[in-house]
Amino acid sequence: MSQSVVPTGPTTRQHAVRRGVPERLRPLLLLSPALVVVGVFFVGGVAQAVLQSLGRQPFLGETDWSVEAYRATFADPAFRASLTLTLRVVVLSTGLATVLGVAVALLVRRHARGPLTTLLQSTLAVPHLVGALCIGLLLSPSGFVSRLGAGAGLVDGPQDFWVLTNDAFGWGIIAEYTWKEAPFVAVVALAAMTPHVRDLEAAARVLGAGRWRRLTTVTLPLIAPPVAAASVLVASFAAASYEVPRLLGQSFPATLPVVALQRYQDTDLLVRPQAMAVATIIAVLSLTLVAAYLTLVSRLSRRSL
Amino acid sequence: MRGRTSLPGLSGLGSPRGLRATTTVVVVAAVLLPLVPLLVWSVAGTWRYPDVVPGRFTRRGLDLVLDGEVVAATATSLLIAVTVAVLACAIGLSAGRAIGLYRFRGRRLVQFLLLAPVIVPGLAVTLGIQVFFVRYGLADTVLGVVLVQLMPTVPYAATLLGAAYANLDVDYERQARTLGSGPWRTFLTVTVPLLRPALVTTALLTFLISWSEYVLTLLIGGGQVTTLPLLLFAAIGSSDRTAAAALGLLVVLPPVVIVLLVARRLRGRDDAWMGLARG
Repeated sequence: MSQSVVPTGPTTRQHAVRRGVPERLRPLLLLSPALVVVGVFFVGGVAQAVLQSLGRQPFLGETDWSVEAYRATFADPAFRASLTLTLRVVVLSTGLATVLGVAVALLVRRHARGPLTTLLQSTLAVPHLVGALCIGLLLSPSGFVSRLGAGAGLVDGPQDFWVLTNDAFGWGIIAEYTWKEAPFVAVVALAAMTPHVRDLEAAARVLGAGRWRRLTTVTLPLIAPPVAAASVLVASFAAASYEVPRLLGQSFPATLPVVALQRYQDTDLLVRPQAMAVATIIAVLSLTLVAAYLTLVSRLSRRSL
Repeated sequence: MRGRTSLPGLSGLGSPRGLRATTTVVVVAAVLLPLVPLLVWSVAGTWRYPDVVPGRFTRRGLDLVLDGEVVAATATSLLIAVTVAVLACAIGLSAGRAIGLYRFRGRRLVQFLLLAPVIVPGLAVTLGIQVFFVRYGLADTVLGVVLVQLMPTVPYAATLLGAAYANLDVDYERQARTLGSGPWRTFLTVTVPLLRPALVTTALLTFLISWSEYVLTLLIGGGQVTTLPLLLFAAIGSSDRTAAAALGLLVVLPPVVIVLLVARRLRGRDDAWMGLARG
């Protein structure tokens, strides 16, 4: 070991000199392709949405700065209905996915390497588009659950079944997000239940803490940071994803992403700034959640050891 | 050590074994139930309303999956997903080295920049730049779709490979260099083999993200670049449930197989699951 150190130093230094890239600039150089991708598509995308929502029209040479698009958007009762729906879907899906996910993780943790964990992981791989199809075939008026109900004599016909898909409340959307994201939260929670957590639980047990006490004062606080992080990811996704509300929701009121695309595809180009305003609102909402996620992660991880 | 006593918490709820088994069955049923109608519809010829089982089965779904249009869409999906996975891994390898091996100013900003696109779904972001894809002739092309799909995949690859680089013992590289190996040779014969497990996982997961992507392909491909998710979306919109279910199965199978393949390696890595949750 010590022998190899001697020739290594000079070699690397010579190498750095030969290539002409100072050590200090190496990370920047290595990062540049990724930063170009993120900078052009992501930062550029958000910036363009903001600019275009404020009246800029690329390649048309006309820039007429105004906040008219935002004023019109917020004045529109349809938008307010969409915002309410979106927030309802986000809060309910995130809450359900978190509670159910943690419960499932606590249930299967003893067999964390067992088939049940594998099952949860494979659900994660199901694309949301397929998930929306599944929930549609399951919960629609003539869907599988309705058939089962009819078989059991509980449902008289498709008209008699609850309207759970393409409904005003958003049940179908919430069902899909919960079905897909609860396993995600569970997988994250399982990953957080490390041997270290087990040791602390055992210590609490030795010190006389009962089951409930151990759960609420040891286990849950310890897995809280990653679980909270996962929940924020679920919320951010539910706020900004398109396929599921498009397929399982109504076209009015629709969630914000659906509204953004509806306005974008409007033949009247004057509506386009409004589409960008809605896109900006989604991006701000979503990025706020990302920032909350980072704050939460750092604060919670500081608190729990 | 893995007996009852070492596993406190809820696992020893004190509930009788029966209750525990029942809860497990309920969880399994809840996870699998939505997939049942998908499987049944894919082979259902006629399935009248109150029936729980189809009256007649058909292989129309299978025929449809082997149909020219679907085969072409599968090829397009594969082409795009493989290209995206290769590019994301290449760019991610470079960025991952900086993240995993260097301490530099602005590291937190870089982390935020590499996190945001993984979390924020692409619709809101892509609406603003679609006009540029049109302007530069990239709209409605496979190349344009590949480029826009780098947005969710590159940050994800960089994060995963950054973690792999952080665990890399750079002494192996130094030794190879000391023995006279050039930078590229060292990279290909020392670094890449050492990172191979992470690289394989990253390639599979970025493939998966691209394979499942719908709205970015729709916006930039403009309906001209027909991938499987686009066909599936159209099929769901039609009233042909058998076709939709058969296509749904075709779309869902590769991701499930991939996750089963990499699941063992991902245990304990919640950052790796992050990208999957947004598919």
